Amino acid sequence: MTWLAGLDPTRWGRPYTRVGGRIRTPRPLLVHTLVHVPHYDASVAATLPPWARTLYQRAAASSPVSLAELSADCAIALGVARVVLSDLSAAGHVHLGSGAQDPRDTVVLGRVLDGLRKLA
Amino acid sequence: MVAGGLGVGKTTAVQSISEIATINTDNWMTEPGRPLDALADGQGKTTTTVAMDFGRITLESDLVLYLFGTPGQPRFWTIWEDLCRGASAALVLADARRLETSFPAIDYFERDADIPFAVAVNRFDDVLPHPVERIRAALELPEHVPLTTVDARSRSSVARALITTVGHSLRQAVLASGGDASGGGR
Ligand SMILES: Nc1nc2c(ncn2[C@@H]2O[C@H](COP(=O)(O)OP(=O)(O)O)[C@@H](O)[C@H]2O)c(=O)[nH]1
Ligand SMILES: [Mg+2]
Repeated sequence: MTWLAGLDPTRWGRPYTRVGGRIRTPRPLLVHTLVHVPHYDASVAATLPPWARTLYQRAAASSPVSLAELSADCAIALGVARVVLSDLSAAGHVHLGSGAQDPRDTVVLGRVLDGLRKLA
Repeated sequence: MVAGGLGVGKTTAVQSISEIATINTDNWMTEPGRPLDALADGQGKTTTTVAMDFGRITLESDLVLYLFGTPGQPRFWTIWEDLCRGASAALVLADARRLETSFPAIDYFERDADIPFAVAVNRFDDVLPHPVERIRAALELPEHVPLTTVDARSRSSVARALITTVGHSLRQAVLASGGDASGGGR
């Protein structure tokens, strides 16, 4: 959470200045990576800058939730949410799914097809 | 992923089938300083802003399909690569009167992305100016790429286009697993 300490939480500017210009995360966070908050802690939330607090609280409220949905729901740029959540995960506040599930697994695709057929 | 040029009906299609009001947000997909001609405001902005549609369909209690409607200049765009890594398939929408607006998206999925895609021509006002096979020729679509038509305003029509798309992806996945015993799915 190193970047959190050095930032003025009241300052809103270009999105990437909020995360110190970083766009990379230690491991890839995909749009379907599930975000889970095992133990919501209000005292942790209180220490976070607004955007991180928003992500943390919304993730807790609908846990587990995909990274895509969470960032869209919070209207926080996907790339920014990714960096913030990566930091929250490193600090142990959120759990990130492995994202290892293959989106083109034949069983998954077959189930998606079955589901779509009900809508057609 | 739902791709294609401006005005081909991506937002309409995602809205037709999504169970949530689609989120079409300007700041969601910002990326630092990448020149994107069609979107640059010429003011030397350091962030590229792109409106992006996001929709969701719950298919089973444990199965959710996300729809990302993404505008047409994907190349050079790292976030597209990320979307592709999580994607089951891509549907490129096209407007038969302005096919060229969807060329960049087709180029991308054909050459640069490792993701099965299908093309659907949006039937604006039920008028198709050319037979579908003429459109296939104009798009120079390989024979194995499904080409269909869609009414972007109709939920069931969009569902059928998605079935075509996901079905194609499934066939490719089965081919990949059956055709290579060492499990060399990419
Ligand atoms: N008549 C008709 N209009 C459509 C259809 N699909 C989209 N439109 C309209 O075409 C315009 C562009 O569609 P939109 O979904 O915003 O395109 P996008 O830029 O790809 O997201 C909008 O005014 C839509 O209402 C269609 O199937 N029929
Ligand atoms: Mg649109």
